[in-house]
Amino acid sequence: MKVLLDYDSCHGHQMCAIAAPEVFGSDEIGNAKVLITGEIPAALHIKVRRAESNCPERAITIIE
Amino acid sequence: MTDTQKPVTDITTDYDIFAPDFINNPYPRYTEIRESKCPIAHTERYEGSWLPTRYDDVVAIAQEYETFTSRQILVMPPANGRSEGPYAAVGAPPITSDPPDHHWHRRLILPVFAPQAVAQYEPGTRDLCNALIDEFIDKGVADAASDYAQHIPVRVISKMLGVPLTMEDEFTDWVRGALENITDSERRMKSFRSIVEYFIGEVQSRAANPREDDFITQLMNTEVEGKKVPIEYVLGVCNLMLVAGIDTTWSAIGSCMWHMAQHPEHRKQLREHPDLWPTAVEELLRVYAPVTMARIVDHDIEFQGCPMKAGDRVLMAFPAANRDPRQFENPDEVILDRQNNRHVAFGSGIHRCAGSNLARLELRVALQTWLERIPEFELIDPSSVTWAGGQVHGPRKCMVKF
Repeated sequence: MKVLLDYDSCHGHQMCAIAAPEVFGSDEIGNAKVLITGEIPAALHIKVRRAESNCPERAITIIE
Repeated sequence: MTDTQKPVTDITTDYDIFAPDFINNPYPRYTEIRESKCPIAHTERYEGSWLPTRYDDVVAIAQEYETFTSRQILVMPPANGRSEGPYAAVGAPPITSDPPDHHWHRRLILPVFAPQAVAQYEPGTRDLCNALIDEFIDKGVADAASDYAQHIPVRVISKMLGVPLTMEDEFTDWVRGALENITDSERRMKSFRSIVEYFIGEVQSRAANPREDDFITQLMNTEVEGKKVPIEYVLGVCNLMLVAGIDTTWSAIGSCMWHMAQHPEHRKQLREHPDLWPTAVEELLRVYAPVTMARIVDHDIEFQGCPMKAGDRVLMAFPAANRDPRQFENPDEVILDRQNNRHVAFGSGIHRCAGSNLARLELRVALQTWLERIPEFELIDPSSVTWAGGQVHGPRKCMVKF
């Protein structure tokens, strides 16, 4: 599993960082930042799916 | 008869967001509209407005900022005299800004509201919550709204702005004048003038004696394209901090206190599973989203079959969107570990609430601190709870015993 973030759609709700803080963080202005750009460890898959399904801007895509 | 006194005939063509039943409990009204043949209602009251209630419609309007502009963002037309005089150009940027200015209006304030920046306010917020509880814990009764929730955001914002806490009562009164009593045009205008004049004083005192690590001094010294930002921007951001940062968060904290007073099972669940706090806060924000914002239609358009005209007001009822069963399973139920929750309590698109991370922090700390100190409590009389509504929904009197 990998994640793609659409930086143009992200408006900094931070709901991904709340759902999966190991994978998503905050940049200087509070928009999302992807912390794991490569393969996501299996233990975090549930959290990443929740990050995707909690983003109000639908800015996260999961690639499997 | 004034608009507030006429009985409502058909809610889809004549809604009144200031009718007592709508203020006290708007959710059945939203459901009635949402599930009718007319999920975007219209009213002629208060110079007319549209009221979309479905999640997809509210989000689409929030996203289409060129069609649905932020020239006005309140659910009522501007107070008489608001567009005249020396303060006419003072808004509440970036909420009241449209692109292209919106970009720099927002960019300048976002860093102070990023999660890593607001984290510094957590210990102080916890201390102030504890100090409020110290005042009433031995009495066995308290007003969870006016003895607790009401005092938290105003003190956090005052600290952030670097202004004295002794202004608390004035700030609270002005903010209520600007947001809660907005059918009273004269009080709104007076509140707005008081806010601007207060901050003109603060700006002048800093111009004479600049301060280190001070929000207002930093704003005054900010340059955009080589020029210092205009004074209207500085005053506008200060206005925003009060108007958007106080009544809203206090309403959310109050609604959550009202909920917790009636749900011992949720208090127990959070006590036994503190790891649920992050999702619990989002779920409470979904169900008790306090804010409805407005937009002004830029040009004639047919939106979902509704003939909207240039200049029409559209109310983005985020509390209605957050309870749309098309988007949320069992939408009226509080499910503290809800997994799918694309709620829009903080809006959607380019105007996402700039203070959302601070609001979340205040809400979580306020609830955690209360539940640690007062794990068991209940409403004294559910029928005696009073509410504010319209622009911002939340309890104003909420007596509990413990």
